[in-house]
Amino acid sequence: MTLKNNVNREIPDQLLKTQNDQGFQMTDFGQPTIQRVAPKVKAQTGPSKVVESIKQVVAATVRDGMTISFHHHFREGDFVFNMVMREVIDAGYQNLTLAPSSLTNVMNDIVVEAIQKGTVTNITSSGMRGSLGDAVSHGALKNPVIFRSHGNRARAIESGEIKIDVAFLGVPNADEMGNANGMNGDAAFGSLGYALMDAQYADKLVLITDSLMPYPNTPASIKQTQVDYVVKVDQVGNPDKIGSGATRFTKDPKELQIARMVNDVIVHSPYFKDGFSFQTGSGGAALAVTRFLRQAMIDNQIKASFALGGITKPTVDLLEEGLVNRVMDVQDFDKGAASSMKNSPAQQEIDASWYADPANKGAMVDKLDVAILSALEIDTKFNVNVMSGSDGVIRGAIGGHQDAATAKLTIISAPLVRGRIATVVPDVTTVITPGDSIDVLVTEIGIAINPKRQDLIKTLSKVPGLPIYSIEELQQKAEKLVGRPKPLAFKDRVVALAEYRDGSLIDVIKEVED
Amino acid sequence: MAADERLRRTMMFVPGNNPGLIKDAGIFGVDSIMFDLEDAVNMNEKDAARYLVYEALQTFDYGDAELVVRINGLDTPFYENDIKAMVKAGIDVIRLPKTESADMIHELENLVEAAEKEFGREVGSTHLMAAIESAMGVVNAYQIASASKRMIGIALSAEDYTTDMKTHRYPDGQELLYARNVILHAARAAKIAAFDTVFTNLDDEEGFIRETKLIHQLGFDGKSIINPRQVAPVNRVFAPSRKEIQNAQNVMAAIEEAKQKGSGVIAMNGQMVDRPVVMRAERVMKLAKANNLIDAEGNDIEE
Repeated sequence: MTLKNNVNREIPDQLLKTQNDQGFQMTDFGQPTIQRVAPKVKAQTGPSKVVESIKQVVAATVRDGMTISFHHHFREGDFVFNMVMREVIDAGYQNLTLAPSSLTNVMNDIVVEAIQKGTVTNITSSGMRGSLGDAVSHGALKNPVIFRSHGNRARAIESGEIKIDVAFLGVPNADEMGNANGMNGDAAFGSLGYALMDAQYADKLVLITDSLMPYPNTPASIKQTQVDYVVKVDQVGNPDKIGSGATRFTKDPKELQIARMVNDVIVHSPYFKDGFSFQTGSGGAALAVTRFLRQAMIDNQIKASFALGGITKPTVDLLEEGLVNRVMDVQDFDKGAASSMKNSPAQQEIDASWYADPANKGAMVDKLDVAILSALEIDTKFNVNVMSGSDGVIRGAIGGHQDAATAKLTIISAPLVRGRIATVVPDVTTVITPGDSIDVLVTEIGIAINPKRQDLIKTLSKVPGLPIYSIEELQQKAEKLVGRPKPLAFKDRVVALAEYRDGSLIDVIKEVED
Repeated sequence: MAADERLRRTMMFVPGNNPGLIKDAGIFGVDSIMFDLEDAVNMNEKDAARYLVYEALQTFDYGDAELVVRINGLDTPFYENDIKAMVKAGIDVIRLPKTESADMIHELENLVEAAEKEFGREVGSTHLMAAIESAMGVVNAYQIASASKRMIGIALSAEDYTTDMKTHRYPDGQELLYARNVILHAARAAKIAAFDTVFTNLDDEEGFIRETKLIHQLGFDGKSIINPRQVAPVNRVFAPSRKEIQNAQNVMAAIEEAKQKGSGVIAMNGQMVDRPVVMRAERVMKLAKANNLIDAEGNDIEE
């Protein structure tokens, strides 16, 4: 038996029962009253929490069947995840749930090993890719992975759906009591936004650092009141791989073309006025948009109240030029953004709940005017896939996609086709963000506006040099270029669940048939 | 002479062996797309490039852009097959490289006509243009420009030309002054378009704009470009000013008024408007529309 949810996806009944879950209904969260959970606290008054080794702290904290968590702020430069998981696997633990904020490529091999040895049997994450995505899509993991957006992870932690027994958080600095931030030290990455949820809700919190600072270490994003253990290691991360270096402005004419049209859409929308707010991603086109937007703001004497989300140097430049009033960092994508965090009082570190959690007394995305997001696929219902590839294999992450898409003007910027693969398709492989929250698609040949936004259709039709198509026309143009692919073949077994940000099931991902 | 007065501000080189660029060439708003089978393509890829461009012309929608192909020179073994394939594909314009005499255009025209007959295309539907790349070409520029009624333009190709002249390109362009003026005069006398040469340093946007302003001032129709990033700067240089547009709108209104009165004389502010003023106004309106400065009806666009 299956249930069809509101984006027309078949969800097996059995899953809804075992996960105690609902099918996706709508993007509006409403105003429910929610009971949050609180962590267990083991009181201590000792002079120091420093323990000798990761091995020792793993032995003291981890038990079979527990949920352990990590953050991904070190991105591809992460050493902490591998160091901890090595000890966990070698100690022979079984049936653990892995609940990191996300999984980067550098973590893949050891997770695959942990799955093979039975150490890990459940995973919840923002996403996964590479060899791990491949292994999961081929049925390696015992239970389905649960993919959650950054806002949804915060919600699930607060509600107890994710109950973190032990959080292992790498930090570029900490004192012996656990006061730490992400801004100083060789492996500084800026905002600790995602990790702050783990710090607040984990029963046991272990900090791993390569830089023990004199007590008290301030400013403290993670506080000693939350920390059980501190471990000193040689190096927590490779600074060169944590964030990209100097952000280069794209020279790809197609990306520039898309960026120019995204800018046209924003500037001619009713939201482009003094005090507007925006979120851009970190891709080439998104960075180019920031540059076009800067010029448009100068030309029209418009200033933004805030920029939100994953922050890059071009956004920080806007802050320094006085074009943006506040920058709200849940993470920092490059060194420029990370290093300016500690010096700029107008750059605020925010946790994932403040950023994007719907089950809140107000999240920042609720105040967001303009969001520019990407897509692996978008279909004629404007549903977006950022999770599974054209081969059906998991190779992406929800990130803040569903969360930021609740902005008043959500723009998907994506090429019509990538190589020989269509981006605009009749039906996406996996629905991650419902079309109901998407307003405009921008491709290199023109834009499509969600028919429910008749106001935008009216306004943007007057913009010269901005070709407007129906999304069906764009889909047909893509198909004319690259043809219609053979449908993907999947087995019946579900290998992953994609939740919407309210915790309902928006889609399932099945094992691929090779 | 092919008397069509279409805008030819930008003619973008697209290497005939680059599928990605060929696929996307239509999205950047260039006035003419020039698929290159000649210098951009290695000897061992000549056939493949010809097939690729042929298939692209059958497959992709390039909108309103004029489609041009630079074939290999008539001293190469690829020349005749290039002509046949491109005529069969229905290309708008064939561009002959290294043109030095009217005879070269006559020879090309004969082969094009034969191909048109062979593949059932309307005789005369394939236009021609010539690239002038040598001192001899410059000296014979008018003969070349007026060699055929299929000719729509001549272009200066400065790299080969400066080598032939025992010099090279300088930032101020003094070395091209004579050639530019000769080609421009030849084109105007023959009533066809004149295209300026490429500017290859993509990182020197200032120099590119300076050179574009110069050739715009001289009277060229447009510039050959090598990258989509050069489209917007050229179009900006060629965009008419607000004052020029207003004046042109007044001329158009005067024409309309004369038409309604059934009068053969167009008058504006009590003065007669003569033919050159009308022609300039028409061109200004066309440029203003192309730059999205006025709408399709010729009215100002509200910002």
